[in-house]
Amino acid sequence: MTTTLTSDRPPLRALITKIGLDGHDRGSRIVAAYLRDAGMEVIYTPPWQEISSVVALAMQEDVDLIGVSSLATDHLIIPDLMTALIEQNLQHVAVFVGGIIPDQERPLLESAGVKAIFGPGSQKEDIVACAQRLAQESQDAKFGALSGVAV
Amino acid sequence: MNHKTDLLDGLIDRLRAGDTAALARAISLVDGNQQIGQVLHRRLRRDTGAANVIGITGPPGVGKSTLINSLLTKLRDRGDRVAVIAVDPSSPISGGAVLGDRTRMGHHTDDDGVFIRSISARGHLGGLSTSILQIVDLVDAAGWPIVILETVGAGQSETEIAEIADINVVLNAPGLGDDVQAIKAGILEIADVLVVNKADMPLAEATERQLKSMLKLRSFDQQQVPVLKTIANSTKGIDELLSATQEVAQQKFRDDKAQRRLFRSRRQVAQAAAEAQRRQILYREDPQLTQLIQQVAEGQIGVTEAVEQILTGNEGAKGSV
Ligand SMILES: Nc1nc2c(ncn2[C@@H]2O[C@H](COP(=O)(O)OP(=O)(O)OP(=O)(O)O)[C@@H](O)[C@H]2O)c(=O)[nH]1
Ligand SMILES: [Mg+2]
Repeated sequence: MTTTLTSDRPPLRALITKIGLDGHDRGSRIVAAYLRDAGMEVIYTPPWQEISSVVALAMQEDVDLIGVSSLATDHLIIPDLMTALIEQNLQHVAVFVGGIIPDQERPLLESAGVKAIFGPGSQKEDIVACAQRLAQESQDAKFGALSGVAV
Repeated sequence: MNHKTDLLDGLIDRLRAGDTAALARAISLVDGNQQIGQVLHRRLRRDTGAANVIGITGPPGVGKSTLINSLLTKLRDRGDRVAVIAVDPSSPISGGAVLGDRTRMGHHTDDDGVFIRSISARGHLGGLSTSILQIVDLVDAAGWPIVILETVGAGQSETEIAEIADINVVLNAPGLGDDVQAIKAGILEIADVLVVNKADMPLAEATERQLKSMLKLRSFDQQQVPVLKTIANSTKGIDELLSATQEVAQQKFRDDKAQRRLFRSRRQVAQAAAEAQRRQILYREDPQLTQLIQQVAEGQIGVTEAVEQILTGNEGAKGSV
């Protein structure tokens, strides 16, 4: 499913990023391309982002969704990212994680508010469908609150 | 309803107070073609006119984003707060895009004194330029004194680009295709300042000479356009570029807010009118209009004449001169 140019719905906006020390960005590049091909507007960052930068980016770009890639142990700081987002009133932004997340550490992320986790071998269709659903929910909240205000 | 009106009032108040999240949301409302975006823009109009809007235009890969990064560093050293609006061409098939300009400005992400927003060039209902003009106004109303606008120029006419920014900087670089031909003649005409970037590359001097000789062929006003050399990934030429843009701003507006507002409003109405007319002519089912177009197709009247008739509401008056 793609958003067409004539659609009344504005494109969904996603930030695809990598925090922490690991520099392998193949996965995040691929996901960025998937989402672009599905009609999303994607802000892509190089690896090694500070949490504060991710939060600033998400705010300035008013994204609907953040995708974080983690292949080593970087996912362990994702709860800090979630906290920082809430502190800046960005709790409406959905966060999903892709990469290598050991089973026993999934609950840590889920309880911190991460909406979905995609491990190795995940299908493109599943990632795109999930990202679109999460981003759409977030966008509906973003525009819905103000739509129909008396002019 | 009341609750929603409060929400809008709240958003406007926060934007005026310089709240980044409020500005970012307001931009989304305009960029996303939401009706409310138009209301917002109108209500904030009188808060605009203070910002200097510097447009950075040039062919793909010429170094626009890199140059903006250097401008940011310099302006921040001086203590100026700066906003950047980067317009990226989007993928025409899916409508999606990877907006990559701000990657080159990564050092400034964490800085409160810098606001960067990426806009994709796809499907703006009132036309891309109209949206950009409104977005620039929002940033202005939020109190950012300098707004830098990156545009590739694809999908817009040169005059449209000129109508967006207050000050137009046009970049060129050696080795981008056929010498200076890479820079279209039309784009040369809109320049307030011309820049030869990648001055560290061979043939930069030749490119500079070519630009200067092209300018000599133009009107007197155009001959006054400064031609500067920069190396965008260094500090070379950055001070000179900033001084040149300041001079242009002084000449054009003399720091008069009302003057700027008038200037921009006129351009916005012109843009929106052009877009509205375009849509009408392309899609309106109207016997008189169809007849007129038929006359053009049959060679009975010229294109310019047809336009005149449409603009004077006279399209029924068959063949009248
Ligand atoms: N040698 C040299 N390279 C430069 C200079 N300025 C930019 N570059 C390089 O040129 C390439 C393109 O730079 P960008 O800043 O992305 O160019 P752009 O005009 O923003 O490109 P688009 O947004 O894609 O149209 C990058 O690899 C830069 O590092 C310069 O002055 N000298
Ligand atoms: Mg660029």
